[in-house]
Amino acid sequence: MSKSTSSSKITGKSSSKKTTAKSTVEHNHFVAPYDASVSFDELPDAPQPSKFRFSFTGWVGIIIVTFWIIIAITGPFIAPYGENDLPFPDAYSEFQVPQPGAWLGTDVTDRDILSRLIYGAGRTIGIAFLATTLAYVLGVILGIGAAISNPKVDMIISRINDAILSLPTIMLGLVVVAAIGSSIPVLICTAGVIYASVVFRLARALGQEIMVMDFVEAARVRGEGLWWIISREIWPNARMPLMTDFGLRLIYIILFVSSLSFLGLGVQPPQADWGSMVRENLGALQYGTSVIPVIAPAIAIATLTVGINLIVDDVSAFSGGKLSKRL
Amino acid sequence: MLPLIIKRLGIGLITVIAVSLIIFLGTKILPGDAAQIRLGQEATEANIAAFRARLGLDQPYYLQYINWLFGFFTGDMGTSLASDKPITELIYDRYENTVYVATLTALIGVPISLALGIFAAMFPGSLYDRFLTMISVSLVASPEFLTATILVLIFVFGMGWGNAVVVGSIEGKGFFELYRHFALPITTLCFVIASQLIRMSRAAVLNVMNSPYIEMAILKGVPRRRIIFRHALLNALGPIVNVVALNLAYLVTGVIVVEVYFGYPGLATLIVQGVQTRDFILIQGLGMLFCLTYVILMLIADIAAFASNARLRHPK
Amino acid sequence: MAKQTHKDEIIFEAKNLQISAIRDDGSELPIVKGVDFNVKRGEVVALIGESGSGKTTISLASLGYCKPGLKFAGGEALFKGQDVSKMTTDELRPIRGEKVAYLAQSAAATFNPSIRINEQVTEAPILHKTKTKEQADKKALELYHALELPDPENIGNRFPHQVSGGQLQRLMAAMALCGDPDLLVLDEPTTALDVTTQIEVLKAFKAVIKQQGAAAIYVTHDLAVVAQIADHIVVLYNGEVKEAGPTDVLINSPQHPYTKRLMEAIRPMPEAGLGEDVGDEHLRDVPVLEVNEIDAGYGKIVNGMPSSLILKDVNVSIKRGKTVGIIGESGCGKSTLARVFAGLLPPANGSIALDGEVLAPSLKQRSHEELRKIQFVYQMADTALNPRQRIGDILGRPLEFYHGLSGKKKTARVNDLLEMVELPSQFAQRYPHELSGGQKQRINLARALASDPEVVLCDEVTSALDTIVGANVIELLKRLRRDLGVSFVFISHDLSTVASFADEIVVLYAGRVAEQGPTDQVLSPPYHPYTRLLISSVPEPRVGWLEDMTETKEAVSGISGTVDIDAIGCPFFKRCPHAITGTCDTTAPPRQIDNNNHIIECHLDTKDLL
Repeated sequence: MSKSTSSSKITGKSSSKKTTAKSTVEHNHFVAPYDASVSFDELPDAPQPSKFRFSFTGWVGIIIVTFWIIIAITGPFIAPYGENDLPFPDAYSEFQVPQPGAWLGTDVTDRDILSRLIYGAGRTIGIAFLATTLAYVLGVILGIGAAISNPKVDMIISRINDAILSLPTIMLGLVVVAAIGSSIPVLICTAGVIYASVVFRLARALGQEIMVMDFVEAARVRGEGLWWIISREIWPNARMPLMTDFGLRLIYIILFVSSLSFLGLGVQPPQADWGSMVRENLGALQYGTSVIPVIAPAIAIATLTVGINLIVDDVSAFSGGKLSKRL
Repeated sequence: MLPLIIKRLGIGLITVIAVSLIIFLGTKILPGDAAQIRLGQEATEANIAAFRARLGLDQPYYLQYINWLFGFFTGDMGTSLASDKPITELIYDRYENTVYVATLTALIGVPISLALGIFAAMFPGSLYDRFLTMISVSLVASPEFLTATILVLIFVFGMGWGNAVVVGSIEGKGFFELYRHFALPITTLCFVIASQLIRMSRAAVLNVMNSPYIEMAILKGVPRRRIIFRHALLNALGPIVNVVALNLAYLVTGVIVVEVYFGYPGLATLIVQGVQTRDFILIQGLGMLFCLTYVILMLIADIAAFASNARLRHPK
Repeated sequence: MAKQTHKDEIIFEAKNLQISAIRDDGSELPIVKGVDFNVKRGEVVALIGESGSGKTTISLASLGYCKPGLKFAGGEALFKGQDVSKMTTDELRPIRGEKVAYLAQSAAATFNPSIRINEQVTEAPILHKTKTKEQADKKALELYHALELPDPENIGNRFPHQVSGGQLQRLMAAMALCGDPDLLVLDEPTTALDVTTQIEVLKAFKAVIKQQGAAAIYVTHDLAVVAQIADHIVVLYNGEVKEAGPTDVLINSPQHPYTKRLMEAIRPMPEAGLGEDVGDEHLRDVPVLEVNEIDAGYGKIVNGMPSSLILKDVNVSIKRGKTVGIIGESGCGKSTLARVFAGLLPPANGSIALDGEVLAPSLKQRSHEELRKIQFVYQMADTALNPRQRIGDILGRPLEFYHGLSGKKKTARVNDLLEMVELPSQFAQRYPHELSGGQKQRINLARALASDPEVVLCDEVTSALDTIVGANVIELLKRLRRDLGVSFVFISHDLSTVASFADEIVVLYAGRVAEQGPTDQVLSPPYHPYTRLLISSVPEPRVGWLEDMTETKEAVSGISGTVDIDAIGCPFFKRCPHAITGTCDTTAPPRQIDNNNHIIECHLDTKDLL
């Protein structure tokens, strides 16, 4: 036995290309050729994660969203008319068809739809963005706070939150608007607070998920303070999923604010906003000559939200698609 | 399992109380005085005081709350400020319309959406799946009034179905007649719930399809159909029932926009009118009714999830 | 043996088999790079290799199956002459589950939670119409008996969550065997089990395979297990066969350097007195860390005791520069003990002392300096390292936190630490996910050492690693202990690992100390009956060990019994071959100490335990 061992060692060292068939005859024993100097490193654990790239649809989303953001910011400068100006003051007629001077026609009081659409972009996007930011500031602070605080405090905050979550959002909106009346600040605060409850639930779940990880415990065993644990251990790991969710929440808030406006309880006339434009011009469907007054603002909303969704889909698919489960 | 359900019912009850508090206090922070609104600027102090006493507004808040809640559950929701009619009567006049629309939507929309979603999950990545995903993603992100407008264009202008809104008596009509009657609101609502339902039922089935026991079934040579219907659906049932109940709860929200869009005389238009006329007694009653429906549906969703879990049904 | 009768019938043959992974950009990455081997009737062939070697992928190829994201890239996978790698799903259906059956690593995940066990066991033959329902039920019942399952008549009516893990593993064998397959594919079927359970399952598998006269492919990373069950071994590394041959030849005279390394990685059970000697210069010091009469557990405190008591009356003292090994089955409380040391779980009763001074029970009350002296190393390197921090930051933080280092000094020290755990200094720039499992575990160790601790608590640090990688980590630990003079608490369920490393061993059973003392004392008679069972359960890489082992009386009574956590008397009563009814089940066993500080808790006199 020892003889065969030493002999094969020699063959292994001298020529790395042939060691195979010799012993096969004897014991049905196969030994692959080897180079004794090569060490057998530990095999890699998992394939390297691929780098993040936007897909085609992702790029489409980026283009659409960028387009609307530019419109929202530069609105007042590029709109052909003021939001309440009449393009044809001498020929008043509601719901005029598209024509030079009013490329999308006119609305129920003969205002230029294109201009109102452009003004509305800034208002709709601005309100939704501010409301989402408010929802995030409230939701993340309270959510992470609940996750790291003692169980009793956590339970109280969570129960209150559950009660808010178990109400249809639009009904909450209706009650608040009925109580305080409608204005843009009220709208932002209402949407922000209502959706903060959703963000709270997500941030708390994320916080709890990360809190039980061994690396957080390792930090606690090391004696780290609360602030270090939140800012260095929890936040960097919660940031990505929260940012993806921000996009989704933005979609829902755009739809929520537009719905309120559509019901006449959001942005008040004569200010333009996509939801209220649909409401004002609903009559066009019954006796109007053109459906553009209704469909243009509705499509504007849809393109914006679908565009955001396309970006979010790409990002969440990259971060493991876990987000879809939280929806 | 029973303790779990009892616990869930308990939480449901607490939620209902919390909800009633939110609605009651929400309408209490109205800046204007209800009596003032009702009687107008010319009303004398004495008139207002008498009116307040009649509504019980001179009582302390907690008594008002208890009276209101007791009234709500015994069918006396008070009198509308705007029309002077009892709220229950206003609701009675209209509830059928809303119930019909919601029921028909559920009966038509739920089975079709589930079938589409489950079918998509059977062939993930296929052309059909990607097409359906694209459609449902777009629908989720679209406002209800866009769906409604497109349907109006198709039905009214494209197919010449006549008026966008056709409402009359619904008595003595068959299923198809009823559907034509409510076609537009129902179809719109179907699309609204379908978008979520397709996505969520697909995700529920796909989630199960990726589990090791499905791989094991494949390796046992189990035919595809049996894998889906015996191995996968059985485990996806809980999540699916949950999804259905959740989406019926979404209907509560969707129905408001859709009724207003079509000028449909249901409960939702009633509450929007209530908000516009600041008829807080109407808002209280109807808001509570909507929220109660929503809470009950959420409750059913959770209990369905418990009931379909073998671990809970057959404890160790 | 059945092997002789059908000696030449080849059941499965891989010819230059190649399988590739399809990457996101559509390019292919070879996973299996031209593998040849065959399996004859009645033969068990083991595929052995580390994770990433492609062994599971190859075994699944025998069913014509590739995991999602993989595809056959060339060569043939011949089952009885048919190339299953080129057949369609419909063509494969009659073969899968019927002629070739698969047993997965985790039975708990493999059984459908919503379907009763019997339906799942008999599903394949009924669907393939090779058996009627009655025949299949009868066959299943026979298998339940053959696999020694409790209550065989009724076990099939239960749901998977209603039976234990070891039982489920055997039920999976019944599921595979119900269709009388020609080839069984077993994918690490015992890896997730405790040593004693592993023996029980191995024994059942071996008997049933022999009885059925089937051929089998057995996938594992554990050579000692392979020696018990396989006739032929194929050694795989990185998708290539490195060595293949009959079991006795490969075990006794491995040729390829990789096979040799695999053999070396198996730590033979040290004989008494083989515990490593580290010199006694510190022996007279006070213990570095000590716990006295600890009771600990979770849940509400009722009458001074937590509602779920995990540890009862435990004393451990760790001497400077020495290593204490803590061993026991899963659920015996060994990790809880580590958490008590670390201050994560304040004990209900008892005291903790560091360097002879009383230490606060809870983390929050301990000082900076006390925290620095006790460091914790986690089992799962994956979750113990923050995925969003670079290695340099992970190692740098304790340096900054405890020693106030910064700038160049910190960087230099981080490099020292990396060198200490045998990793290149460039690793400081990487993120944890760019490292392999063994490398992550080294970083984990380096982080603990960064604070210059006096005691390092290692909780199952090698359990999640492959044999070779784990052996390398143990070697590193031994070197560090020699070089640094740090004390270690080494927690493991693997007695051979603990024995090769510890100066002192504590054997925990159901939260109580069964036996405790210097390593050579614990590993030599007299034994506590439980220690004897543990020692005899460590698989030896020698053919025939399994048969010898299962005949011992410890095995006969110990393997199938259950742990009784709430026992009034001795918790080991139900599994003890020497149990005295009326004494052991009613009275807690006395603590017997001999002059070598060797403790055995047993009613039997130490003379009777020799």
